[in-house]
Amino acid sequence: MTKSLAAALLSVTALALLPLFVSNTYVLHMLVMVLLWVLLGQSWNLLGGYTGQVSYGHAAFFGVGAYTTAIMVKSGLSPAMAWWGLLLGGILAALVGSVLGWICFRLRGPYFSLSILALSEVLRLIAVNWKDLTNGAEGILYIPAFNSKAAYYWIILALAAVSFLTIRAVMRSKFGFYFLAIREDQDCAESLGINTTKYKLYSLLISAFFTGVAGSFYMNYMGFIDPGIVFSLPDISIMMILCTMLGGAATMEGPAVGAVLYILMSEAFRVFLKSGHLLFFGILIIVIIIFFPQGIVGTLRERWAGRRLRAASPGISKEVA
Amino acid sequence: MSLLELRGVTKRFGGLQAVGGMTFTIEKGEILGLIGPNGAGKTTIFNLINGFLTPTEGEILFKGELINGLKPFQVCRRGLARTFQVVKPLARLTVLENVMVSAFSRTDHRNEASRIALEATAFTEMEAWRDRLAGSLPLGMRKRLEMARALATRPDLLLLDENFAGLNPAEVEKTITIVRKIHASGVTILIIEHNMRVIMSISQRLLCVCYGEKISEGSPAEVANDPRVIEAYLGAAHA
Repeated sequence: MTKSLAAALLSVTALALLPLFVSNTYVLHMLVMVLLWVLLGQSWNLLGGYTGQVSYGHAAFFGVGAYTTAIMVKSGLSPAMAWWGLLLGGILAALVGSVLGWICFRLRGPYFSLSILALSEVLRLIAVNWKDLTNGAEGILYIPAFNSKAAYYWIILALAAVSFLTIRAVMRSKFGFYFLAIREDQDCAESLGINTTKYKLYSLLISAFFTGVAGSFYMNYMGFIDPGIVFSLPDISIMMILCTMLGGAATMEGPAVGAVLYILMSEAFRVFLKSGHLLFFGILIIVIIIFFPQGIVGTLRERWAGRRLRAASPGISKEVA
Repeated sequence: MSLLELRGVTKRFGGLQAVGGMTFTIEKGEILGLIGPNGAGKTTIFNLINGFLTPTEGEILFKGELINGLKPFQVCRRGLARTFQVVKPLARLTVLENVMVSAFSRTDHRNEASRIALEATAFTEMEAWRDRLAGSLPLGMRKRLEMARALATRPDLLLLDENFAGLNPAEVEKTITIVRKIHASGVTILIIEHNMRVIMSISQRLLCVCYGEKISEGSPAEVANDPRVIEAYLGAAHA
């Protein structure tokens, strides 16, 4: 077991013990939201950060996951049974993703980014208008299965941990190497024996699956969704990018750091700024991309590597990274 | 059976014919040099062989099987690797990781890929650079990384596209040694090169193209003294 894996497992254990000491429901709710956004940030990071396929429409997968669960309950299943929506929602989101990826990943450039943006809007409009299935703009409401926040906390912690470990394992395997190669140079990747269309699709499938799971959890937890919430471009798709970019794209820790800061900031704004928060987050994304494109974790890591580099002997041929 | 065979391969971009009726073969174990003035279509020939481009007409056979229409990754998996004239390092990966990416075309296991990559970097004498980010390498090492990466795919045929361009004399010598070593290990080589001293000393056979057509083929001495070749490079007055 490597040091980083041990650190990850240790933090998960520590986090799992937290509800034994924290009983304040507001604090627990904040923690649940942070972990939800860790899950979302990681999902986006796999495709956008590591594989270099920027998505402006991950709300499509979030919404599919959420509506899968919601529709299960609406059609008569008990809210406890709706937890199966985690799996089903993830699978359906991956299915939607695979159709889109199969079409778009033959092409390069902005086609995928723009198509998925369009897809998430199309799905939102379907959810608004297909009233028999989705209740339209009124949304779907039911009483969640558990009363205790701690139960939800443990479930989302487990989901975030599973996604973290899965993505970590993926990035250490052949898949991870292929994803990075695709991000760096697709022509080169092709000539080194990589079926780039196929591997971009794999990355999208994993990313969409976990985003769908997150959407389904959101429904289970909140007990209410409407199309404007779960298919939201600014509140879901763009914030997934913000979380990842702020913390550090293409790093394992980045999305978690980004999620903590994002939830703290949005809570602060809810009190002080009311609905001005989108303006602030928009400006923040621009600032990050211009001045800290590697995010907090990436920038710190680079500083640290730089210091080691200067401390090394003048012949810097060895052991820089 | 020849290792690689081009039969009347033509590539047109709209009205422009970049390669016309190209026919040649490479036998297993050979080093064939491909020369020609700038814009003659040498790199286009590489792009046709490796699958980046599909011929407008003609056939390309590798190990006796038709490969035109295959994608580059499929061509690579059949044992045909290439380097790029305009180097393409995977900039934010280390040298070793770069080479591991290509080693994964031969294995699914990380340890095995790492072993192949260590071997390929040792073979190309890049041990001291393994942990450097590829984007931070000087040009000479970038060119060598191209070779290490191509080697790690375990090719039967290696296409080298101007791996000597921009190197200093010491690096040129080193690269000649490495190319000879690759050849001695059983890899057949097709090489594009402008440095005449290098190509004359390395190649067993030369092929000269001009305006996309073959104008001369034979031993290095024959081709170098062919009036058509001299005309192509220096103009009719010198031929």
